[in-house]
Formats: sequence, structure tokens, C-alpha cells
Amino acid sequence: MKARKAGHGLKTALPWAAAGSVLILWGASRFWPGFSFGERVGRSALGFFLEMAGILPAMFILVGLFEVWVPRASIERFLGREAGWKAVPWLIVLATLQAGPLYGAFPVAIGLARKGCSARNVFIYLGAFSSLKIPLLAFEVGFLGWQFSLARVLISLPAFIFVGVLMDRIVPGWTPPEFPALPGKRPGR
Amino acid sequence: MTGLLIVTAAALLISFAVDRSRTWAGIRFGARMLVKILPTLVLMVAAVGVLLSALSPRFLETLFGGSGPVPFLSALAVGAVALIPGFIAFPLAGVLRAHGVSTAVLAAFVTSLLMVGVVTLPLEVRFFGRKAALWRNLLSLVAAAVVALAMAVVLK
Repeated sequence: MKARKAGHGLKTALPWAAAGSVLILWGASRFWPGFSFGERVGRSALGFFLEMAGILPAMFILVGLFEVWVPRASIERFLGREAGWKAVPWLIVLATLQAGPLYGAFPVAIGLARKGCSARNVFIYLGAFSSLKIPLLAFEVGFLGWQFSLARVLISLPAFIFVGVLMDRIVPGWTPPEFPALPGKRPGR
Repeated sequence: MTGLLIVTAAALLISFAVDRSRTWAGIRFGARMLVKILPTLVLMVAAVGVLLSALSPRFLETLFGGSGPVPFLSALAVGAVALIPGFIAFPLAGVLRAHGVSTAVLAAFVTSLLMVGVVTLPLEVRFFGRKAALWRNLLSLVAAAVVALAMAVVLK
């Protein structure tokens, strides 16, 4: 019990310690101009922070609105277990229309799972999101050619569907641990 | 990103017009979710700062060049660990290709970059639980390798 508590303390301290060391590295590069690694660390951490600050608040507001407006019954019907394979085209359309990095899809996936989207479909959604976003494809075609993109999309599609099927076997009856699936029709606690 | 902001603003306006208190309930729900994962996000920012600075284009070029399984496996590994947005990753991949990096290695880099997220794993564990997050990443890594090999065959 005691060890578990200490572990928890370490877990809460770790992020702040890591952020502190980034600040120290950056500060050190201010003192010693030759220490460019610190400056690069500071710059990429800031860049990533700004990227997240631009995406996540809007993402979480959308997930919040989804939570209060979308009826559980409709998600269950289209993306639930009984929807079967008919859910896959919906998942792909939903995923391709979005933009941004994969971590931006995590809250959306949780929102879906809370409303009765099945485990398999949650992970198919994540797979589709990671590899089929349209804004991303535009970039890929520009720099690597359409043959590359087409081959990647066509081969990735069965691959991530298979990953979703396997995930359903590995974590049967999965539900998000911190934001569990809603039992009734009403949102919130 | 502007698209996301426009969609969010429009959704908020419509939602407010229809039901004010319900909209606030939604915003509160989203905010609570964000606050809950905030420490994990701080950790991620720090990790990305250090990792991205360690990976320079020239370093990747030497790592991915040549033939055999080593460049392929290192491309999978770097792609899995790195968290590079698409608008940087694809131009980078284009540069690597111009410098003679093979299609299989490029495909391995791109697919594992897109599907696997080691740096975001703490966040994924918070949201999905340890077992599901670890397995999703492991299976996606295998899938990325398979997809990349198949692409190399198709595109030769």
C-alpha cells in the first residue's frame, strides 16, 4: 500500500520534473551560446506546445458538445456491436474528415465509446484516423507521389481493420477506464 | 487547424442558440476531461522537445541509407518514437527519398509514424487503459511493418 502511494507521488511529480528539465536545458543554452542542444529542445517543446494549444481546446469542446447532444441510441445503432460491418464506412468517413495528430482523436474515440461504439469500432476509428486523413493525403501526394499514397491507403485499410478485430479479442468488453461508458440515456453524472 | 476552429465556433454558436445550459454542460465536460489529462500533456511536451532535437534530418539520412534490414528496422523504430506533424514529416520523407532512401524504408518510416505513438503512450494509457494502449501500439507496429513490406513489393 505504502509503495503504491510513493509510486503515485512519483507519477504526479514526473511531468513537472520533465518540464523543469526542459526549461533548465533551454536556460543553459542562454548562458552558454555553444550549447545549441538546449535551445533546440526549448524550441521544439514550444512548437509542440503551441500545436497542442491550437488543437486540443477546440477538440475537447467538440467532444463536450457531442457528449450532451448526440443521443446514445444513434451511436449504438450505427457504431455499436450490432451494427456489424456496416459501421466501418461510417468510421472511415468520420475519420477522414478530421485533421490533426492522432492524440487529437483520443478524446473523440472516448466520446464514441461512452455512447456505445463497440471496442472493435473504436480501434478501427483510431486506425482510420491515423492513416486516412484527407488533409494528410494531400501533403503525402505532393511530396511522395500518388502511387505511394494509393498503395499505402489500400494496404493500410485491411491492416487497421484487422488490428481492430484483434483488439476486440485482446480486451473483450473494453470500456475507457477513466471515462466509462454511460449506462443510461442521460449524459453526465 | 483553422478548419477545426471554424467548425468548433460554428458548433458552439448553434448549440448556444438552441440550448444555453446544455451547451455549458458540454463545455464543462470537455474542460474536465482536458484538466484530467493536463499533467500527462506536460510530460509529452517535455519528451517531444528532447526527442525532436535529437533527430536531425542528416542523422536520419545516415540511419536510413543503405540496404538490408537495419535501415528498415530503424525507420520503424524512429517512426514509432517520433511525433512529427504531417506537414513536416512528408517534406522530410521527400528529402530522404531524393537522397536515395529506398521505398521500403520510407514506407516503414511513414506508416509507423502515423500508426504508432510511443511518445503519446502516457496519454493513450490515461484514456484507454494500460493493456489496450500497449496492445494497440504493438499491433500497429506489426501492421506498419507488414504494410511497408507490401508497399515495397507493389511499388518495387
